[in-house]
Amino acid sequence: MSFYREMIAAGFGGQGVMLLGQIVAHAALNEGNNVMWIPSYGPEMRGGTANCSVIVSDGEVASPLVSSPDVLIIMNQPSLAKFVGNLRKGGILIYNEDLVTYDDPRDDINIVKVKANSIAMELGNEKVANIVVLGALAEAADIASVDALKEAVKEILGAKKAHLLEINMKAFEKGQEVGKQHVAQANS
Amino acid sequence: MSNRVLMKGNEAFAEAAVQAGCKYFFGYPITPQNEIPEYMSKRLPEVGGVYLQAESEVAGINMIFGAAGTGFRTLISSSSPGISLMSEGISYITAAELPCVIINVMRGGPGLGGILPAQSDYFQATKGGGHGDYRLLTLAPGTLQEATEFIMMAFDLAEYYRNPVMILADGFMGQMMEAIEFKKVKLNYDIPDPKEWAIGYMAERGKRALIKSLSLDPEMLEKHNQKLQEKYRRMEEKEVRYESVGVEDADVVIAAYGTTARIAKSSIKKLRDQGMKVGLIRPQSLYPFPYKPFNDLPDGVKHVLVVEMSCGQMIEDVKLGVQGKVPVSFYGRCGGMAPSVEEIEEAAKKLLG
Repeated sequence: MSFYREMIAAGFGGQGVMLLGQIVAHAALNEGNNVMWIPSYGPEMRGGTANCSVIVSDGEVASPLVSSPDVLIIMNQPSLAKFVGNLRKGGILIYNEDLVTYDDPRDDINIVKVKANSIAMELGNEKVANIVVLGALAEAADIASVDALKEAVKEILGAKKAHLLEINMKAFEKGQEVGKQHVAQANS
Repeated sequence: MSNRVLMKGNEAFAEAAVQAGCKYFFGYPITPQNEIPEYMSKRLPEVGGVYLQAESEVAGINMIFGAAGTGFRTLISSSSPGISLMSEGISYITAAELPCVIINVMRGGPGLGGILPAQSDYFQATKGGGHGDYRLLTLAPGTLQEATEFIMMAFDLAEYYRNPVMILADGFMGQMMEAIEFKKVKLNYDIPDPKEWAIGYMAERGKRALIKSLSLDPEMLEKHNQKLQEKYRRMEEKEVRYESVGVEDADVVIAAYGTTARIAKSSIKKLRDQGMKVGLIRPQSLYPFPYKPFNDLPDGVKHVLVVEMSCGQMIEDVKLGVQGKVPVSFYGRCGGMAPSVEEIEEAAKKLLG
């Protein structure tokens, strides 16, 4: 069976969901896969939801449209309502517990709750909330490996933003802890 | 593998043009192609070129007219309504027989329309958006990789035929990111040195170059048209490009180009997995159109399904190719909506009965 994974990341503009998706794409590319990243660029961006889709495959990526993702990253409430019904049965929902409440959740999906904003605030910069979520994704999903994702964060920050590397790595590791807990619970 | 870089479509288009030797870009902003001028504004000065933001699309295409006349490689890009504004200039450039590359990152129309992807400029690109008996060599890439290769090739084609070449992309292609390997694409054609015809170079050539599109003597103008037509016939002989997948044993053949063809490929894979025989013909050149594969469809093919992000434009050329041998149906979405994998699957299933 060939490897084919689809992901949607959604939130408010400014929460870094586009970058999160790009990091996943970079990581998967570095692992030798074919990747496709596409943003929503509609006029609904302001005040509504911004989202991007990522496809990772060891074969051809034909259709760039993602209708039922394997992985869903939700950073704000409106995005949950918009996308949660589309998540593939058995897929992984990772949501930002600080800004999203999910009453009556689906019982046919795996759910990882991350206090992304709180953790980021504790680290001293709320902007790294997306990297906290990325860390959780690294452990909970198989779209790209932990090492490749970590490397991709470093690569994207580059020399220009090297001073932000430490806090981003901490954020990633905090997210990993949440992801690991989820995996341990799921296996117990 | 190691040379692959993750790039946004628009930026990759621009980089491909630079690598093909493009030195001049005159653009005007419009979504969803804004990253092309943005990238060029940074990149062209690095290679000794000039980026200039024109005051309008009309001004931009006329700057291209002038720059192309000097024999340097020029690029202009826009999206649907902007291309309409440029159409007069495009007609002038074809009349003056100058090379240039035009990228249209299509969005939904008509009018100012929306900013989301569409393919509703097929008629405009292939049947002439401007006036007069002219043709644009029109290439429709399917992936970003193919787009970079077509753009490099387009500069050679434009110079070889001394005719504008249009790259017909769509908003999806402009906005998406994929891994790209920039390969040096060079056509093995005997491309005349621009010094033979461009302005300047009088000392080398021994005579002046006269570049114009006005021709008041009807006999002269008819002759000029005949010369252009002869050129278009040569393009039709030599520049037809298409991809054909699984047509040999197909009951239904889907015809689609660009992003729609990518979506259709996923639909076809699903249909094949269910034992249904569906193939694809993906025109890569829209002018000249690949009529032959439609004319030569295997006997087993019972139906052709044309899928577009428009209300049905390429279908007219497909019908000309099929020549009534089998029915030709249409499925399309428009206005910035794209046909889903499932929708195309359903449309094909209906025909399979």
